[in-house]
Parts: sequence; structure tokens; C-alpha cells
Amino acid sequence: MTNGTAMKPLMEIKNLTTRFYTQDGVVNAVNGISYTLDPGEILGVVGESGCGKSVHALSIMRLIQIPPGEIPAGEVFFGGRDLLKLSEREMRMVRGHEIAMVFQDPMSSLNPVYTVGFQISEALMLHKKMNRSQAKVRAIELLNLVGIPEATKRFDNYPHQFSGGMRQRAMIAMALSCEPKLLIADEPTTALDVTIQAQIINLVIRLQEELGMSVMWITHDLGIVAEMVHRINVMYAGFIIERGFVDDIYNHTLHPYTMGLLGSLPSIDEAPGTKLISIPGLPPDLIALPEGCPFFARCTYRVEQCHQERPQLENAQEAGHTVACWRWREIQGFGVA
Amino acid sequence: MNSENKVLLQVINLKKYFPVSRGLFTNRQTRYVKAVDDVSFEVFDGETLGLVGETGCGKTTVARTILQLYRPTSGNIIFDGIDLTSLAENELRKIRRRMQMIFQDPYASLNPRMTVGNIISAPLDVHTDLGGKEKQDKVQDLLRLVGLNPDFVNRYPHEFSGGQRQRIGIARALALNPDLVICDEPISSLDVSIQAQVVNLLEELQDRLGLTYIFVAHDLSMVRHISDRMVVMYLGKVMELADRNEIYLRPRHPYTRALMSAVPIPNPRKARDRQRILLKGDIPSPLNPPNGCNFNTRCPMAQAICFNTDPEYREIEPRHYVACHFA
Ligand SMILES: Nc1ncnc2c1ncn2[C@@H]1O[C@H](COP(=O)(O)OP(=O)(O)OP(=O)(O)O)[C@@H](O)[C@H]1O
Ligand SMILES: Nc1ncnc2c1ncn2[C@@H]1O[C@H](COP(=O)(O)OP(=O)(O)OP(=O)(O)O)[C@@H](O)[C@H]1O
Ligand code: SF4
Ligand SMILES: [Mg+2]
Ligand SMILES: [Mg+2]
Repeated sequence: MTNGTAMKPLMEIKNLTTRFYTQDGVVNAVNGISYTLDPGEILGVVGESGCGKSVHALSIMRLIQIPPGEIPAGEVFFGGRDLLKLSEREMRMVRGHEIAMVFQDPMSSLNPVYTVGFQISEALMLHKKMNRSQAKVRAIELLNLVGIPEATKRFDNYPHQFSGGMRQRAMIAMALSCEPKLLIADEPTTALDVTIQAQIINLVIRLQEELGMSVMWITHDLGIVAEMVHRINVMYAGFIIERGFVDDIYNHTLHPYTMGLLGSLPSIDEAPGTKLISIPGLPPDLIALPEGCPFFARCTYRVEQCHQERPQLENAQEAGHTVACWRWREIQGFGVA
Repeated sequence: MNSENKVLLQVINLKKYFPVSRGLFTNRQTRYVKAVDDVSFEVFDGETLGLVGETGCGKTTVARTILQLYRPTSGNIIFDGIDLTSLAENELRKIRRRMQMIFQDPYASLNPRMTVGNIISAPLDVHTDLGGKEKQDKVQDLLRLVGLNPDFVNRYPHEFSGGQRQRIGIARALALNPDLVICDEPISSLDVSIQAQVVNLLEELQDRLGLTYIFVAHDLSMVRHISDRMVVMYLGKVMELADRNEIYLRPRHPYTRALMSAVPIPNPRKARDRQRILLKGDIPSPLNPPNGCNFNTRCPMAQAICFNTDPEYREIEPRHYVACHFA
């Protein structure tokens, strides 16, 4: 389905830029990123803590608080219009209705004083113009759909009566209640145990197939996204530094940072005594971004040019594979360990 | 790994129950969280024993009970031939310097008002007569050992990143040349690229100093990477124990199988080929564990016997222990 150019994208982001004014200076959180998302596509957005994954998603949703935040440049085309130009009233109809977001902490979306069923019904009555009894029937269907056992009974439970995994499911049910075209999931499984995480991942893949929506899955773990996404954006210091279809990113890695991230993970068939390849140092200070390549200070392949000029995303051999590194052509010859 | 198999630590039928009071005025009957419920294993000198399992299964309680930070409800902890559970507090102090712990949260585990130098030298003050120049040298050596600049002694924890703070915690743990270091989720709060830095450091230190580790985590692939043998816990009990590759390639307990199949594989082709075993439902409350096998509420293989008889924890092959009726 996602063969890049043939299809009209669901969302097209151009030069999105977000910064924050703080006492210490201007935090350059998202630095002019551009990409497209196809209908029915699952996109993985990966990168370390602080690289701008959440801020970029919140900017799309127009949930950045201004001030201290500011979106000085960029366009987010969705359904034929630029979301960044909509009024707050128009934007409220987009949120929940066309784009829904689930967060790492389900309690940030679930209100502790109302029952789970009530909250889902409210959303359905507001956005789908259902009456209370229609909404209840549909809410129970949704709770069933996301795999909550005994959904009819659970309808009347408060969020604190749910386990972590069940709250996460309830939040997904609420996000899906209005049949969004795009579901943005920001680290929805990070706080969960692996067996529960596996349940949620399976659920989202199944729902994506059944409902045909697009999904953006934000995570810092390249292991989690390998089997579930079609394409990946790798972010570093507010830039997309590599992007491509999942097999190309893993099996034909081009950017030294992506190589480092993959090298930091133990592989399942490694020999005893194998050393992990760690990336030395720390990400740059977003208040004082280096002029050249943002990865310069930690890169083993750096040359003088990297210090002076910032590399832009350019096309690699494979369709849809882009990389921002001056030396990717040479580096790929060295092979990944 | 060392093939001599000298046993450094024995955990024998360890139980740790925590009483929970159910409100002030309700009936006085106390109930217990069976945090650790009859756990036995050995740790060989110079090895790394991985301890895995999901939230609340009792990993931290096992660790703290080994160090006698919690006194066990019953069972024995034999460290280098000495039963720690029979020692009084003052006798324990001498032994404790040989066993140290590294904690999960590099932010909470370092006192924010102490300099790095004072943090690292605190155990030296308690347990040794080192002073003045000697002590300073020792602290600087320790900083160098964990890859930090020795000039950092006068800085405070907030001036360091998470990975650097974890190094400070490691330096503090190594100050007294311990034999056993228990690492309780030492990398869980760190970024992927920084996790690899800390794991590499721990491995290097083990080679240089001959340390024995118990490595607690719920990131299975990292535990497998660093461990020689692995213990899988569920709801206060050991489900399976075996060599790292054995447990990974030939898991015998249905819980271990599901756990291993849920490990993210950072390789799309291999990930797609792998069959995931999805467990249904959630982990039961440890206040109210099921009768019989404690995995029976989620087990895809459960039969009638599993609901009334607790399976025996037994050695099914040399060095491979399992608690399942059908293993
Ligand atoms: N309200 C704010 N004021 C100032 N700086 C902010 C604000 N919100 C975010 N930032 C900064 O913007 C940068 C990007 O943050 P963001 O939350 O997008 O990171 P992330 O990639 O989602 O990280 P994580 O994996 O930890 O969630 C960070 O350096 C963060 O400190
Ligand atoms: N001091 C305590 N008092 C009462 N209950 C406790 C105490 N410490 C732990 N428990 C309970 O014992 C069980 C085991 O907890 P423990 O912290 O050992 O789990 P864990 O495997 O380390 O989990 P995690 O992966 O979340 O760190 C849990 O149900 C916990 O709530
Ligand atoms: S541009 Fe230079 S510094 Fe940046 S990643 Fe490529 S080689 Fe490294
Ligand atoms: Mg985030
Ligand atoms: Mg713990």
C-alpha cells in the first residue's frame, strides 16, 4: 500500500519549526522538519529523550502552549488545509474527530471522577451526535474492540479500577470513538510490562487493518517499531536525520546516529561476549545548536565539513530513503557491525 | 565464564511477606502480600545472574532481602558460607561491605546536597580508616575507573546527566571492593545510547575486578546480553532458571515462552517471522494469588491439575530448573 509517490498523502508537513522561550534562552525543539504520511500508513517516529518527538506531534495537534512556545514557521496540510492556519474553534473539530492522540500516561486523558463508559459516551454524543443510549451501545462495542473483558460491567468502572494496560486500552477506545483518520500514539506502551505491551501493539496493528486509519507511533525504542511500522523517521536534536521504509532503515542503515542506536541494542542471536556499540557523549544543547551537523560532537565519521555546514536530507538509492549526513556514501561502504 | 563454579551466594526457600492493614476500623485480621514466596537459587563466583519478571513480581524484594535490608519472613541467605539471616546488625555491617547495590533511579539515589566526592567517600568513612590524601586518591581513582573526570569531585549531582549519575552510583558501590554487586534496574531510566555505555562499563569492571553481579531488569534483551544465567520470576515465585542461551532458545515454562516471544526484535525480517504468544489478561494481585500454579489465570496450557496443585520447582535437566506440571 505505501509505495511513496503514487498516493495522495493524508498529511504533508513542510518545514515545521517549534521553539520555546525560556529563562536560559531559546530552546530549538523542532527545527524545520518535512515529511508526508500516507493514508493507512503506520509511521514510527524514533529518537532519544528530548529530540522533539512529542513537541512535533503536539505542534501538529496545535497543543503547544503559546507562549512560552512558538511555531514561527511551517505548514501542516491535512485534508486539504493548513492546520496551523485554522482558528481554535476549527481546530477543536479536527482534534478527536480527524486526528486523535494517546499519551504515555493514560490518566492525562482519562478524568478520574467520571466512569470510563461515561467519558467515551460523552465523546460519542459530542462528535457523533448520538443520544445517550446509542452512545452506550457503541462505547461497549469499543471497549470490546480494544479487548476489555466483560465490557458491559466495566462500562461503569472508574479509571482507578482499571490496571495500567486496561487504562491504556480504554484511552485507545476513546481515541477511536470518533473514527479518526490519524491516530498519534506517543509512547503508549513505555510504562507497561512486555507481555502487556505486546497485547497493545497487537491491538493497534489489528485496529489499523480493520479501520484503515493511519497511525503515528512515537517511541525511543527501535526494537518495538521494527515489526509494526511501514516507515520510520529518525529524529535527533529536533531534526529528521534519516527516514525510510522499515527494512531499509534496519538493513541498509545510512546515518551514523541510526547505526549507533541499533548498535546499542543487543541482538537476539549475538554470540556470548559481544560488546554493544555505544554512542559516546550526549545530545547537543538545544539552546546552543551547533552550526554544522547536530550529531558532530558524537560522530566517529566526522570531518571538518561536518563542523561548518549542516547536512540536509538527500535521497539515497532506495525509494523513499533519505539521510542527512555529508558522508553517507562513503560510510555505507564500511558496513554496519 | 568461570567454570570452577564456586558458589558465592545461596538463597534457600526465601519468603518475604509484607503485612497490609485494611483500614483502621475494619476487622483486625491482617493480610499479607506474598512479595517473595519460596525462592531458591545460587550465584556462582564471578558470574552475572539476571533476574527478570514483570512489575511487582518481587525482584527488588529479593535483592533487598539478600542484603538483609529486609529481614526475611523465612528462609536462608548464605553468603560465602555465612548465614546472614542469623547475624545481628553489628555482625552484618562487616559483611555488608562485601555486598553493594546500584539503584534504578540515578536522581533519587544520590543526595543532592552532597558533592560527588563526599558521596563516593561516604562508605569509606563508615567502613575504613582511610583519611586525607589517601582517601582523596581513592576517590579520584574510583572516578577514573567509571570513566568520569577526577576533577569532578567538588560538583553536585544535579550538574550531571542521568548516565553520569549512574556512573557516580557505580563508583560509590565499588568504593569498598565488594565481591557481589546487586544492580536493580540500573539502566531502566536511561536513554538507549546511554544504556549501552553503562552496560559496557559494568562488563568491563567485572572483567577487571572479578565482580559477581545480580542484574535486575525487565528489559529482557539487555539482561540476556549481560547475564550468564537467568532467573524468571512471576508473582513472587521462580518460574524458570537456566543458562542465558538455554532459557532463550529452549524456554520450558509457558510464561518464559510468552515473555521471550514478546521481546522486541530490532530487525524487521526476524520480527515478522517470529510467532508472538499473546497472554490474555493481567497479572493477579499478590494479595490474592490464585490457588495451584500462580500462572494459571493466564497460562495457555493450564489443565485441571494447575488449579489445585502448585507445581514443584525442580531440575529437569542439568542446570535447568522449571516450575510447571508440563515442562
Ligand atoms: N514547555 C516547554 N518549555 C521549554 N522547553 C520545552 C517545553 N516543552 C518541551 N521542551 C523542550 O523541547 C525539547 C523536545 O522535547 P520533547 O518533549 O519533544 O522530546 P521527546 O523527543 O518527546 O522526548 P521523550 O522521549 O523524553 O518524551 C526538549 O529539550 C524539551 O526540554
Ligand atoms: N515495603 C513493602 N510493603 C508492602 N508491600 C511491598 C513492599 N515492598 C514491595 N511490596 C509489594 O511486594 C510486591 C513485590 O514488589 P517488588 O518491588 O519486589 O517488585 P519488583 O519485581 O521489583 O517490581 P518492579 O519491576 O516494579 O520494580 C509488590 O506487590 C509490592 O507492591
Ligand atoms: S555529517 Fe559528518 S558529523 Fe554528521 S553524521 Fe555525517 S559524518 Fe557524522
Ligand atoms: Mg515525548
Ligand atoms: Mg523493582
